Amino acid sequence: MASQPEQAKHEEKPKRSLTSVLANSFTLVILAIIVLVFTALKGTTFLSLTNFNNILVDTSQLLLLTIGVTFVIITAGIDLSISSILILSAVVAAKVMIRYSGTYEQTSNYEFPTQNIGIPLGLLAGVLVGILCGITNGLIITKLQLPPFIVTLGTLGVYLGFAQLLTGGTTVAGVPPAIQNDIGLRNLWPAGFLGVNFRLIPPMVIAFVIAGISAVVLSRTRFGRYTYAIGSNAAAARRVGINVDWHLLKIYTVSGLLAGIAGIFDLMRFGTASVGTHQADNLAAISAAVIGGTSLFGGLGTIGGSVIGAFIPVVLRNGLVITGVQSFWQNVAVGVVLIVAVWLDQRRRKAEERI
Amino acid sequence: MDTRGAPEHHHVTPVLQARGIVKHFGAVKALNGVDFTVNPGEVVALIGDNGAGKSTLVNVLTGVIPHDEGEMIFDGEVVHFSSPQDARDHGIETVYQDLAIAPHLDAVANIFLGREKRMGGIAGFFGFLDNKGMTEETIENLHRLNVRVPQLGRRLVTLSGGQRQGVAVARAVMWASKIVFMDEPTAALGVAQTQSVLHLIKEVRNTGTPVVFISHNMPNVFEVADRIVVLRLGEVVAELDPKTATIDDAVSAMTGSSRKIASAGGR
Repeated sequence: MASQPEQAKHEEKPKRSLTSVLANSFTLVILAIIVLVFTALKGTTFLSLTNFNNILVDTSQLLLLTIGVTFVIITAGIDLSISSILILSAVVAAKVMIRYSGTYEQTSNYEFPTQNIGIPLGLLAGVLVGILCGITNGLIITKLQLPPFIVTLGTLGVYLGFAQLLTGGTTVAGVPPAIQNDIGLRNLWPAGFLGVNFRLIPPMVIAFVIAGISAVVLSRTRFGRYTYAIGSNAAAARRVGINVDWHLLKIYTVSGLLAGIAGIFDLMRFGTASVGTHQADNLAAISAAVIGGTSLFGGLGTIGGSVIGAFIPVVLRNGLVITGVQSFWQNVAVGVVLIVAVWLDQRRRKAEERI
Repeated sequence: MDTRGAPEHHHVTPVLQARGIVKHFGAVKALNGVDFTVNPGEVVALIGDNGAGKSTLVNVLTGVIPHDEGEMIFDGEVVHFSSPQDARDHGIETVYQDLAIAPHLDAVANIFLGREKRMGGIAGFFGFLDNKGMTEETIENLHRLNVRVPQLGRRLVTLSGGQRQGVAVARAVMWASKIVFMDEPTAALGVAQTQSVLHLIKEVRNTGTPVVFISHNMPNVFEVADRIVVLRLGEVVAELDPKTATIDDAVSAMTGSSRKIASAGGR
């Protein structure tokens, strides 16, 4: 307790970066092991640019959900409703898109004369639904002072129910094919650029750009600082004058927004909005964030860790499919990784922390 | 030094003067017409048994809860603090009983929590933090106040309880331009850590900023206080001079076993 502040500052700087590296290293090691095992089994079929490309594309949706839920979990909250928000956004986007792309007769015959209006309107509607769902979560949590777990468990059912009511429980098909061909699957990579053929599609680009922005926001801005402070000690944050409720409202809105974007990505990539799929994506995203070092008790977590955490289930599924193993093993493997990751992380922290 | 009567013009102007403060919680009268004065450059100890109204008084004076009757004169003007933020804007800082720090953040982040410095220009507009500036300012201020916070860059969760309290005290001291309130700052600390907090209190007083120190620990109170105010059942029952009064005097005043000695003590 006697060292000069100046000295302390210099002593501690390297130590600090070492701990933050350690915090993420376990997840990276797991990812490396998974990659190594599949490479040993399948060689270049697995470890190739094309397959790496597939993995990047497949990760984009889960990545968005994971980033949103990382913000939420760092505030010591939880958002279980993101999977339903994703589905509802996709359904509303598809419905709006079809409605404004032509008359009923035209769209039934797969003619979309006004799709230049219908498609942007649909995408906008999907994003708005995400924002609205997020604001609703945030308002209920902050105004009624209810636990986020209960609130988002409730809205998980509510939003899914709305999606089912809108669709009658079936898949919404018949959206303009342009949403896939011209937008969702459009390759932004010039053919043969740098001598390789790469699939650089808009959803993937947007997801990773959002990841980059989120990482900067969380680590370098006041918004990020307040996010950690609230998760660390909400009462202390209130006492220093931080508007905790207002910040939480923003956090749940961001989570809803990102889920909404993930919803329209579904439509962009697959051309359908299904109520049956994605229902477990909430737990997948929470698992990814936790595997990436985010603490469910709040105050801890990084976007970098969550990105790695989001890759793990996707790489596992991809590798299992390539090796011909039933991909259901993915669930088993992710579950085990989750438990082991948290156990090791907890041990490390207990050794370091004094609370 | 009678501070319980009308304003004393032949003395220094008090920084804070509260008169006839009354606070009810339902049927319970937590404060029953309390007069309390803080003069520049003094350490006032506020003591009393559990439920005597110490924390309630501090909460009223720092804007945490509103009072029902009475008035507060701060720097010569009547004030109404509607929130802790309001009191802070007047230069009044509080170190709370339960540590009001964010343990997952480091010392600099905690010291600047809610008052972050942002970078200049467009980056600042987007909320980018000036971490370098905040660290430099922290080091500079702590040096000026002769406060030692170890390991500025470490998350507080990795520090000991005493070190964490050191950060909480340093934060209050750094921002307080008028008064620092400390509500049982040593309650959770060991002997050595308590000593360093007491030392800090004296350092703060030496810079001219008065400290209101609440404690149950009589030896601590007598070591650090210039004046001791005793509360019992929501009333000021005695003011003692630690140079002349004894711990027994203080205890009898707190428990009400002998009012005579108590009221004689400080006069």
